[in-house]
Amino acid sequence: MDITTWMFEWLEGNAIFTPNTLGYYWDGFVTTTQLVFLSLLAGLLLAVPLAILRSSRHKWISLPVYVYTYVFRGTPLLIQLYIIYYGVVFFDGIQETFLWPILREAFYPALIAFTLNTAAYTTEIFRGAIKATSQGEIEAAKAYGMSSSLMMRRIILPSAFRRALPSYGNEVIFMLHASAIASVVTLTDLTGAARFVYARFYAPFDAFLFVAAIYLCLTFAILFVFRQLEKRLLAHLKPLSH
Amino acid sequence: MLDLQGYGPRLIEGAGVTVQLAILSLLLAIVLGLLTATAKMSRSWLLHKVATLYTTVIRGVPDLVLMMLLFFGGQIGVNMISDMLYDHFDIDLYINFNAFAAGVLTIGFIFGAYMGETFRGAFMAVDEGQIEAGKAYGMGNALLFRRVRFPQMMRHALPGLSNNWMVLLKTTALVSVIGLTDMVRVAAEASRATHEPFVFLLPVAAVYLLIASVSEWIFAQLQKRYNVGFGGQ
Amino acid sequence: MKRILTLSVLGLAVAAATSAQARDYDNVRIGVDVPYEPMEYRTADGELTGFDIDLGNALCEEIGVSCEWVEQEWDGIIPGLMSRNYDAIMSSMTINDERRRQVLFSEPYITMPSAWFAPQSLDIDEANEETLDGMTIGVQRGTLQDNYVTDNFGSVADISRYATADDMVLDMDAQRLDIVFLDFPIGHYTLIEDNDGEYKEVGERISEPKEYFGDGFGIAFRQRDEALAERFNEALATLKENGTYDEIHARYFGDE
Repeated sequence: MDITTWMFEWLEGNAIFTPNTLGYYWDGFVTTTQLVFLSLLAGLLLAVPLAILRSSRHKWISLPVYVYTYVFRGTPLLIQLYIIYYGVVFFDGIQETFLWPILREAFYPALIAFTLNTAAYTTEIFRGAIKATSQGEIEAAKAYGMSSSLMMRRIILPSAFRRALPSYGNEVIFMLHASAIASVVTLTDLTGAARFVYARFYAPFDAFLFVAAIYLCLTFAILFVFRQLEKRLLAHLKPLSH
Repeated sequence: MLDLQGYGPRLIEGAGVTVQLAILSLLLAIVLGLLTATAKMSRSWLLHKVATLYTTVIRGVPDLVLMMLLFFGGQIGVNMISDMLYDHFDIDLYINFNAFAAGVLTIGFIFGAYMGETFRGAFMAVDEGQIEAGKAYGMGNALLFRRVRFPQMMRHALPGLSNNWMVLLKTTALVSVIGLTDMVRVAAEASRATHEPFVFLLPVAAVYLLIASVSEWIFAQLQKRYNVGFGGQ
Repeated sequence: MKRILTLSVLGLAVAAATSAQARDYDNVRIGVDVPYEPMEYRTADGELTGFDIDLGNALCEEIGVSCEWVEQEWDGIIPGLMSRNYDAIMSSMTINDERRRQVLFSEPYITMPSAWFAPQSLDIDEANEETLDGMTIGVQRGTLQDNYVTDNFGSVADISRYATADDMVLDMDAQRLDIVFLDFPIGHYTLIEDNDGEYKEVGERISEPKEYFGDGFGIAFRQRDEALAERFNEALATLKENGTYDEIHARYFGDE
């Protein structure tokens, strides 16, 4: 049978998954994707310099970064989100500033919270990878007379990125899952759409199993992408006999 | 000092809920994790499949979605069973699926999957020679597990266990969304009522940090204990 | 997926079809979502009060059962009834067809319109597709107001869904919301009376079409508990006759 006729027949046969509700799920999918993608991107951009600072031998440079990652990794994202979402409102006069049109929407406080959170985790992942750079590579670079910034750019970071790849893949999946709390601050992300459908039709199994299946597919898609990346970028680390 | 505009006692109560919830869920997760790891290593094809399905699905879906599914759906499921018992067998069984039990079950169930992976890796890391030595001593399976497999496995499992516990602890904050009065919920409620979010949310964040730091220390001690005889790390 | 759907629908049908037997209650637990002023809320010293609470207690007294109030958030209030966390819901629940499929309603005990509320600064006289274009509308998740706004204005406006009416008021104060759509008495109490002149009612109060706004507030029971619902209906009729109902009504809506 043709897949579209099957789809339409199936849609007609039930009261819950109407084109209308599927539309909510689609909007939710778009919101979730935007939130996760943008926060990961911004978090990544923040994490690289932070990881370099965190790896510094000078305590007064590395300590503040450590405090930041410790606090953001040690507390629930939900609290961070509450603090940012409710917190910004109570700066007197914030409503009159140019920032308000941005902070007024639930999307941006959520984006800020997610970015700061993922940046903290990613910083630690990169720091671990930087620390694991083999001493030989560093000595070779020094022998070539590289300055420390050139060495960072050419030697340490590229190999650290590769080493960080598997852990970073986990962080991406973690972020996708963590983004489910966006619905708590009124955002209609995927989970928000499911909550809406559940509350409207009192059908928890249908509403949440459907959205769980979507998340599962997204998780597999991310896993697949990172597998491919690892295959290409980490090929040199594979045992030769295989 | 701990009054916090009258919300102090409720916040402390909420912190108690958070800690109880986390510890009970951890215990459940460890039991489920050991079962899952055993199932995954078993020779039975079916057990292996079921365990793999469990760990894959759980780790592929957000905690909050699973929690809502089990919490909201669980209520209806339990109800169907008890209705059926009542209608067909005249058994009036009242099952109270309260928010706390639902929270423990859900979090335990979710982290059982993560623990399963941790334990499986750890069991496999145990030196085969150790097991053979145990067998050579004439140890039975149960004794072998208690004296050799388990303590050896724990040494390898502890880092993963500690990591899972940290994530689990933070996951407990989500129960506030499904209606359980933990400290996050009290703090959020108080922020709304008083319009002063920092007064309540920052102390709660500090409590999480405190619990995390204490557990880090405990795990470090445990690690030392289980590393006895292996020298260094 | 399809099989799961059929299964759960089937399950509900089984639950609904077998409502022949009834239980005798001498203690009735009633689920309620607090706060929803003036229908159900706590006074400063923590005492549960409100129109629903007073009427509910009077009904229980009339029937000769003891009443126990159980707090439950709106999101899970119907599942909570199904799972017997309590035996009835008396929480400003509007009777409509979607809910009738799940629960058994008493006769309506009060009728309340819904209404739009906005800050004084909002410059519109009426809420319709044109005036709401591009605005952010606040509603409580899973209420009939949510359904109405989603279906009618979902394409022109942003809809923010909240777990409690309190959250909504907070975001209204923070100027995150342009306008909210609420049960009239709740909006009137929390936004008009509790704030001096910051907010206003916009346009007409709304109680049509029935498809959304239903037939007034009812007490919800499990489908099988027909006898219990009948006892509440009889008691309600008695209280309306003997003046108790009017007295409670005047306590909360006296100035209307």
